[in-house]
Amino acid sequence: MLEVDAIHAAYGQVKVLFGLSITVRPGEIHCLLGRNGAGKTTTVKSIMGLVPLLSGTVTMDGEHLSELEPYEIPGRRVGLIPQGRRLFAELTVEENLEIGLLVRNTGDAAKERVLDMFPRLRERLQQPAATLSGGEQQMLAVARALCIEPKVLLLDEPTEGLQPSMIELIRSALKRLRDEGVAILLVEQRIDAVLSVADRVSFIENGRNVETLPAEEAVRDRGKLAKYLGV
Amino acid sequence: MDFGPHLFLATLEGAITAAVISLTAAGLSIVFGIMRVVNVAHGEFFMLGAVGAWWVTTAVGGHPAFGFAAALIAAPLFVGAIAALADRLVLFRLGYDPERTIVATIGILYVIQQVTLMTFGPDARPVEPPFNKRIPIPWLGIGENGLELTWPWGLATTTYKLAVIVAAAVILFGVWQFLSRTRFGLLMRATQLDREMATAFGIPVRKIYARVFGFGAAIAALGAVLIVPVQQAHYLMGTDPLLLSFIVVIIGGLGSLPGTIVAAVLIGMSDGIISVFFSPTLAKILATLLVAFVLVFRPQGLFGKAQA
Repeated sequence: MLEVDAIHAAYGQVKVLFGLSITVRPGEIHCLLGRNGAGKTTTVKSIMGLVPLLSGTVTMDGEHLSELEPYEIPGRRVGLIPQGRRLFAELTVEENLEIGLLVRNTGDAAKERVLDMFPRLRERLQQPAATLSGGEQQMLAVARALCIEPKVLLLDEPTEGLQPSMIELIRSALKRLRDEGVAILLVEQRIDAVLSVADRVSFIENGRNVETLPAEEAVRDRGKLAKYLGV
Repeated sequence: MDFGPHLFLATLEGAITAAVISLTAAGLSIVFGIMRVVNVAHGEFFMLGAVGAWWVTTAVGGHPAFGFAAALIAAPLFVGAIAALADRLVLFRLGYDPERTIVATIGILYVIQQVTLMTFGPDARPVEPPFNKRIPIPWLGIGENGLELTWPWGLATTTYKLAVIVAAAVILFGVWQFLSRTRFGLLMRATQLDREMATAFGIPVRKIYARVFGFGAAIAALGAVLIVPVQQAHYLMGTDPLLLSFIVVIIGGLGSLPGTIVAAVLIGMSDGIISVFFSPTLAKILATLLVAFVLVFRPQGLFGKAQA
């Protein structure tokens, strides 16, 4: 279980998070919703140690991730699918997967598993990541994170710029991972893309978690969506 | 002496310069490409390699080949360790900030230079080559029996000089293979492409940087060990290789290893040829002018990628 407890974070002098708390349980898709600049991406980066915390703690199964060096966090089986994919563009598909596999030396079994999940990548193993289509790049971003065999998976706008068939593929992959017991924290702007797969939803406003509720309730109560997201 | 043989000899001398500069510049280029640090102290790591070679060969004694073989291993390791230490003590503390690291490496340059002066002294000291057979250079000329091989007076090279060219090519091929085929090379390239994502995938960027800085310095030191039997070791010998390395990496494209090698051949050969026919100063002036042209018309260098 991932527990984010009252974290404060800043980029230099600019404070972005003000005591944000969320919990993501194993086998759950927990969605973070909020307007642009609310602090969603900063929350994800803070969990990964990429933005230093001013105060508060991040723990996973009781271990303090916030006390580790940032590069040690992936080794605790925390996978990241960042906004904009952030693939190693000049490396081949295979080398990008290799980077993920090296985190925990998960080896060929993990590689075969992700290639079975995204067979199109198998055909492109020697191709530089930059030459893939947008959908294929997103597959690779997901596959690279899955090479870690994560217990916690953080996704920052994974459906951004994707065609509907690709979004469906990503959603079915997320459902499968949830069924396997992975705790998934999903940041999204596209409400329609997330509410059908999410179990719980947290609304973020000005760097604070203002409300957490079951996804069905968020679907029923459109007033909340209007209040927090303006839709 | 005829122009043809003269040109051939100049080309050969240029090839030796190109071989050594390509190694030194490769180290500078790798450090900049991965760490974005302009290492002004790079020439001093080259000098330390030469001085280290003198220490080792003097200490080992016996046949020159034994000392030289020991220097080929020990000097780059020693210089690499010094550079990694400088990274931990200085560059890391500056957060690898591009501007402040330039000033810091200027400081490192003077520290290394002055410590070498105090310990090694101001004199140039020779290192004996492991082998050094004279090879007269033949030339095609018209003789009494028509076209025949001739040996113009005094025109010769040595087996050692030819070996330097071959060794540099082998080392560069090895560096290329190391970067493209090994696990550490993969981690280095990933760090170069996206430092933050590298961290998010468990790559210890700080450790990689220390090793890269050490690796770049070790390559320069290796180049120095190769050339020191031809040039002698001296505490001020790092200046020229630094200047030529900057010229080469700017022309080739900062961070591009293939560009560095092509530019090193271009600059090394022209330096050798112009130095023989005119003067070494003119060779440096022309190389600097070429850099100016590249900066004006193709700032990213011949093989570099333009910033988006």
